[in-house]
Amino acid sequence: MFLQDEMILEMGPQHPSTHGVLRLTLRLKGETILDVDPKIGYLHRGIEKIAERLMYTQFQPYTDRLDYISAPANNLAYVQSVEKLLGIDVTPRAKFIRVILSELARISSHLVWLATHALDLGAMSMFLYCFRERELVLDLIEIYCGARLTTSCMEIGGVRNDLNQEFIDKLNDFIKMFPDKIQDYENLLTKNRIWLKRTKGIGIITAEQAVNYGLTGPALRGSGVKYDVRKAQPYAAYDQIDFEVPIGMVGDVYDRYLVRMEEMRQSNKIIRQALEKLPEGAIKIQDSRITRPNKADLSTSMEALIQYCYLIMEGIIPPKGEVYSSVEVPKGELGFYIYSDGTSKPYRMKIRTPSFFNVAILPFMSKGAMIADMVAFIASIDIVLGEIDR
Amino acid sequence: MPLLILIVKSLIIFTFVLMFCVAYIIWVERKVLGHMQGRLGPMHTGFHGLLQPIADILKCVIKEDIIPAAADKIVFIMAPVMSVLPAVMCLAAIPFSKNIYASNLNIGLLYLLALGSLGVYGIATCGWGGNSKYGFLGSLRSTAQLISYEVPMGLAVLGPVMMARSLNLIDIVEAQKSAWYILFQPVGFFIFIVCAAAETNRVPFDLPEAETELVAGFHVEYSGFKFVAFFLAEYMNMFTTSTLAAILFFGGWYGPFFSGPVWFMIKVYAFLILYIWVRGTFPRYRYDQLMELGWKFLLPLALANLGLTSIGIVIFG
Repeated sequence: MFLQDEMILEMGPQHPSTHGVLRLTLRLKGETILDVDPKIGYLHRGIEKIAERLMYTQFQPYTDRLDYISAPANNLAYVQSVEKLLGIDVTPRAKFIRVILSELARISSHLVWLATHALDLGAMSMFLYCFRERELVLDLIEIYCGARLTTSCMEIGGVRNDLNQEFIDKLNDFIKMFPDKIQDYENLLTKNRIWLKRTKGIGIITAEQAVNYGLTGPALRGSGVKYDVRKAQPYAAYDQIDFEVPIGMVGDVYDRYLVRMEEMRQSNKIIRQALEKLPEGAIKIQDSRITRPNKADLSTSMEALIQYCYLIMEGIIPPKGEVYSSVEVPKGELGFYIYSDGTSKPYRMKIRTPSFFNVAILPFMSKGAMIADMVAFIASIDIVLGEIDR
Repeated sequence: MPLLILIVKSLIIFTFVLMFCVAYIIWVERKVLGHMQGRLGPMHTGFHGLLQPIADILKCVIKEDIIPAAADKIVFIMAPVMSVLPAVMCLAAIPFSKNIYASNLNIGLLYLLALGSLGVYGIATCGWGGNSKYGFLGSLRSTAQLISYEVPMGLAVLGPVMMARSLNLIDIVEAQKSAWYILFQPVGFFIFIVCAAAETNRVPFDLPEAETELVAGFHVEYSGFKFVAFFLAEYMNMFTTSTLAAILFFGGWYGPFFSGPVWFMIKVYAFLILYIWVRGTFPRYRYDQLMELGWKFLLPLALANLGLTSIGIVIFG
């Protein structure tokens, strides 16, 4: 085995740095990588097929499990697609709540990315610092909907709950505190000589290559392409909020790191603005064929009970047609293509997940690099296998 | 009778070092890292987790001892022994004060350096014996790393040797009675401490066991007590290099108020905590960058330091 010049090394699916169940077959000469063959499918759940067997409302919890560290953002992508199919627009308050929850999801996802990225390069403390702050975000989401990971906090036609005072107070505390924490992370890493040596000038993706491979999100913006769904096709209340889209210059691992760090700052800014501008009013549209009645009304109103039972048993019935709608989730553009045949279940659903496209660039990035770089590449494109192996 | 005294002295030193300088370094490491990373560290086993090292050892001893089917069994079993033996043998030459030592060797420093480089055989055979690709890569890394950093380390310790005109560790400390060598050899100390971290596979040079790259590196196939042996060897080597730093550059057991051995242990623990601090702060170097640092930066620097020291000794006596 060891007497040949080249060696085949199976990295994953249970390797600590393959971020789930990615399997990479590396062809090595010494520590230098000659070729990489990513093999996916270890987490395959047939989620697109499941969608065709479930009613529109029943499928929503499955979207939490695509990118399981930013569930609210996935939820939003799905409910928005169904709303587009239905031809409805949600209330202004719901739009702002959606923005707040999506950006919290972005912060929490980027914190997991930073934690694991730093850990992959040997900086152990960063892992614990990031998870410490992520706990606060999860606490907030827990106050909002009772769940921490698979939240299902959006609803077709609005959002599940209104923001209560405890949530708003704690969120205000968080957005005041968080910029200092980002600064702490940067103090530890951004100008650290070893960090620079490990991330600068490696895994370079040019803008053209990034576009050709279909990259989105920070992986694309790190290469200098200023494409962000929040700006390109504003949804929810993003058109009423002022924020910057950070981009990189070189397209290396370090640029992608800087882009995500700035994105966390921008998310904090977006949440602050959304809280300030949060309008009064209903959190869901008042359409008995689409949104469920309040739970409190179920024991007092016969109409509400009938409406509730109808929605549970018959579901939402959109018109015939097809839609594609996407949002900017932490890892890039998450889009849902839905083909409706006019029943309560989608005839066909195709999910465009960012990590699936982002992971395709790994073999290109890795040729001639070293094993230690490989883990930096995987971390820098921030993949989650839940949405690759749909 | 002298043989009996020697055996008793050796046993006392071995037990003392094993318990308080190895088992409890691990406890200190977990505690210090716990504080740095905003978590508790061990708390439940005894007062502030003081019984944790004993629990750890018990746990490891009763674990199933697995030998992979494709392993070279003799090499696989011998590797931990080859790793831990030189580390234990180092203790023989370490003086804890002017009078507390197992053996006063006139080539003490040479003996320690020689044994320090023997440890690599354990790691190399460990990677080979397990017949695992990750283990193999880890042991190759370790071998290259140890050979590369042995050279500047050897050159760095020559400064104090030239100034004390002796390889005897007690003589080197005695020569620092009036002034510690760190004042004359700051560059030498810097090179020594960097090389020591590399030799003991500590962050940012923990490439042989980089868990995020090589899963666990050279000892990936080892479990139970064999794994403990590698662990023990690493921490003993850390202890040895810390004692060397204290002896060569910081006046060994000399210091005000406390007695010699107390000062010595304070200095040794200061270096050990420095290692732990670095572990909590820095990312890991890449393999080629590590080589580059060793050969292109530390080696020329060590040579320059040696040249300047020689000139200094000639001019100032």
